Parts: sequence; structure tokens; C-alpha cells
Amino acid sequence: MKKLINDPAKTVDEGLAGFAAAHADLVRVVVDPPFAVVRADAPVAGKVGLVSGGGSGHEPLHAGFVGFGMLDAAVPGAMFTSPTPDPILEATKQVDAGAGVLHIVKNYTGDVLNFETAAELALAEGIEVQSVVVDDDVAVKDSLYTAGRRGVAGTLLVEKLAGAAAQRGDTLDQVAEVARTVNSRVRSMGMALAPCTVPHAGEPSFDLGDDEVEIGIGIHGEPGRERIALEPADRIVDRLMEPILEDLPFSKGDRVVLLVNGMGGTPLSELYIVFRRAAEILSERGIELARSLVGSYVTSLEMQGVSITLLQVDDELLDLYDAPVQTAALRWGR
Amino acid sequence: MAEQHLDGAWTRRWIEAVAAAVSSRKAELTALDRAIGDADHGENLDRGFQAVLGKLDALDDGATPGAVLKLVATTLISTVGGAAGPLYGTAFLKGAMAAGERDALDAAGLVEVLTAARDGIVARGKAELQDKTMVDAWTPAVDAAAAAGDDVRAVLEAAAEAAQAGAVATEPLVAHKGRASYLGERAIGHRDPGAESTALMLRAAAETR
Repeated sequence: MKKLINDPAKTVDEGLAGFAAAHADLVRVVVDPPFAVVRADAPVAGKVGLVSGGGSGHEPLHAGFVGFGMLDAAVPGAMFTSPTPDPILEATKQVDAGAGVLHIVKNYTGDVLNFETAAELALAEGIEVQSVVVDDDVAVKDSLYTAGRRGVAGTLLVEKLAGAAAQRGDTLDQVAEVARTVNSRVRSMGMALAPCTVPHAGEPSFDLGDDEVEIGIGIHGEPGRERIALEPADRIVDRLMEPILEDLPFSKGDRVVLLVNGMGGTPLSELYIVFRRAAEILSERGIELARSLVGSYVTSLEMQGVSITLLQVDDELLDLYDAPVQTAALRWGR
Repeated sequence: MAEQHLDGAWTRRWIEAVAAAVSSRKAELTALDRAIGDADHGENLDRGFQAVLGKLDALDDGATPGAVLKLVATTLISTVGGAAGPLYGTAFLKGAMAAGERDALDAAGLVEVLTAARDGIVARGKAELQDKTMVDAWTPAVDAAAAAGDDVRAVLEAAAEAAQAGAVATEPLVAHKGRASYLGERAIGHRDPGAESTALMLRAAAETR
């Protein structure tokens, strides 16, 4: 294992310390209890608070999305491990301006259970909390016999659009409704060329042969639909796009946001090769590419791979997408 | 003659034995988790029980079993993370509530505590038997405990044996809950780490005098 770290046990702490120092204009980092990254001006009077979080290793998710027009707080756990309820509760308290707080939770057993516990504790302290669970990963076929579909890159769009709704002054019910609507219309699927290594584990989280790729990978290296021999990029994009398009389904005349997301170890040039083919497929099917986003936003440490996300939008959702946002990792309109 | 009641001091000795067992078998639990999960079960539980040890000293000498269990619950919830934190935290919390203000537990009281703990895990995690989770160790343990009569030592031994058998019996199963569920058939042949840590805790109880 070769990594740019000092001590495997301190990767999360030291990374957050750096994040706090780099973005002091946007956030403050609460260290007791450790850790919550909170919008610098929170609580924002009259605004619904948005809290998300989960295991670390997916940066810039979630701390990189704390700021104007998006999250009010992010709660990072240990590497790939859900945070405990204490910091989630603390973050919830710090962002509550009396209008209530929305928890945006990726669908993993640990995240759901810890956020659920934190929400109960917040309620006991008189804070109104609603929760929306994101589960956009179409790679998980049979939700009935698993823990359900995983929350992956679509989480970014749920946070962006719900964040915009909160910023424009929507009520807690309305913001939660926006988040649920986005989750119901967003679909993703990813693939990996090479695994990542969790620092304290010291060895790759799964094995993949030199000539193999995993189609349908999760953001912690969970297995996907199939393991196949490496193919040209276009063919792999076809394999990702087909299940996404079929699932909602997305059809002729739809308008979509297309997010091509790097897993952490993929060059931007390759992401654009993927984007090229994905956009081509949309065009062939008569689906209008309304907005594009390309970059590494929901990562899996240094995993080499990509995920594709489509969000079906109408005028209102598009307005929320276009609304100003100012965070460490996403910024436009101001 | 075996003692017929488990008091607060026994509960404390049991938790210390659990902490020691988790610590010495940390790598083994993490290896089970690496095979079908995310390779952190041993690390996370060890962090939790080490934190518990640090707090046990602050408890009154006369603390009841319920008070000890409650301290374990709140500490695990706030230190373990992942799925195991809320699940074991809830188990100890419900167990503490079932123990109530009692100074000591007899066999019937012990069965009440174990049943409440299991019910808490089921309610929180929504897993059923054969889903390849810790429930597969807990439910046989509770059933065996309830059928073991009114000798607390017999109840503890029955629970420990059934939990271990239950953990072993998760090996041929496909997982329906938790991260292992994404593996489908690939989970077959691996023991569930949560079921194994449950067996470890109940074995420690049976061996605590």
C-alpha cells in the first residue's frame, strides 16, 4: 500500500483539519464530539437545515457540498463506516433555525440506523426532523432480497436540489418532498477498473484481475451485476446506460441532467470519453440533454472507475438545479 | 453450588470479559467481515468496548445490572458506528430496560433481558431468521435460554451454545440484510460476523463467575 498519509488511523481527522483550514470562509468543523462540518453561517434564520453524512472516503461528498444553496452540515464517519448518532445529533442542533431539519441518508444499513437513532434523539430535544433515504443504484436488481438499492452518485443531485429548495425558503415538508421527488427520478450505475484500499485495512477491498472490470460496483467496492473482461469505453458505457434507461424508464422527449462521475482514480479525459458516448445514446433515443456535470464528486478513495447518473427533470427541478450554489466542490451562480 | 442470581458486579465482570474477548479476537471478526462486508466489525466493536471499559470505573459499586447494561448501550451507540453500533446499542438498551431497577436477575429475569435485547435488534434492523445476521445467533439463544429451566448457569450455558450453533449455521446462507446481501450466492460459505460476535458475548457470559 502506497498512500500520501501520515498515520492510517488519522486519515479522516487530518483530512478534515485541512478541509477546515482551506475553506474557513464556508464551513466550521465541530470537533467535540467528532466530527461535523457545519456551514459557517449556520443556523440560517428561517431556513430548513439540511444534514447529510456517511462513511469517509467518498470526498468531496458530503463535506464538499456544505455551503450556500446546498447542505448545512455534513457528518463524516470513519473510512467507509457510518458516523455514530452523537455527531449527527450535534450537527442537527447546530443547523436548526426553528424551521426543522432534513436528514439526507444514503441507503446503507449502518447509515440508516445511525441517522434514525439521531433523528429520534433530536425529536426528544424538540427538533423536527424528516429523513429521506437515497437509493439510486440500479445495479442492485432484487431489492426485496437485499438491503435495497444503494445510495450512490445521485445523492449529489438530491443534496443540490433539496438544498436549493431550502435556500429559497421552502418548508420542511416541501424540502423533503423535493428530495423524495429527485430520488424517485434519479438513477445511477457504476463500474470499476481497479479497487481501492482502505488505509487501516491495508489491502484492496476486492480483487480484480488485470484484464477484468466489475460492472455495477458500489461506492465501497460492493460487487455489482457482473465481472467481465475489459472492453472499449463505448461498450462499457452501453452496459451502464441500458439498465439506467430501462429502469425509470427514461424515454423519448424526456429532459435529463447527465452526471458522469469519477470514482477517484479516473482521469477527467476518460470521464469525457464516457460522457461523449452517454450523450450520443441520449441523442439516439430522443432524450434531451438539459444539463451536464462531469467530475469526481462521489468517489471511492482511489478506485479507478466511473458512474453514470441520469435525473429526469421538469422546469421546477431544472430551476433548482440552476439555482446558485457556493460550496467547496460545487459552485455556480454566485 | 452455583449462584442463582446475577447482580451488578457480575454484569460488570461479564462486560469486562466481553471487552477482553473482542480485543483478542478482533482480527478474526474483521476477517469474517472482510469476506462478506466491509472489514471493520472487529475494529469497531473493539473501539466500543474499550470505551465502555473506560466508563465502567465511574459507575457506583452498587450499580444494578440495568445500570451497567445502560452504560454499555449508550457507549456503544456513540462509539461504534456502522450497523453494529445501533444494533448492539439497542440490544443493551432494551436489556437494561427489561432489567429495570432489580438488584439481581434470576433465571426468569435473565430470559426477559435476553428476549428484550433480541426483540430490540429485530425491531431496529428488521432482519428475520435466516437472513444471515446476528438474529440467527440471538433467536436460538433466546429460545434455548427460555427452555433451560430456573438455574441461571444452565440458562447462560444454553444461550451460549445455541448462539454459537446459530452463528455456524449462517455459513450456508445467502444474506438478505446488510452489506453482505449484495454478494448474493457469493456470501455462501462465510459466517456472519455479527452472529459470531453475538456468540462471543454470550460465551463470555456463560464463563463469567
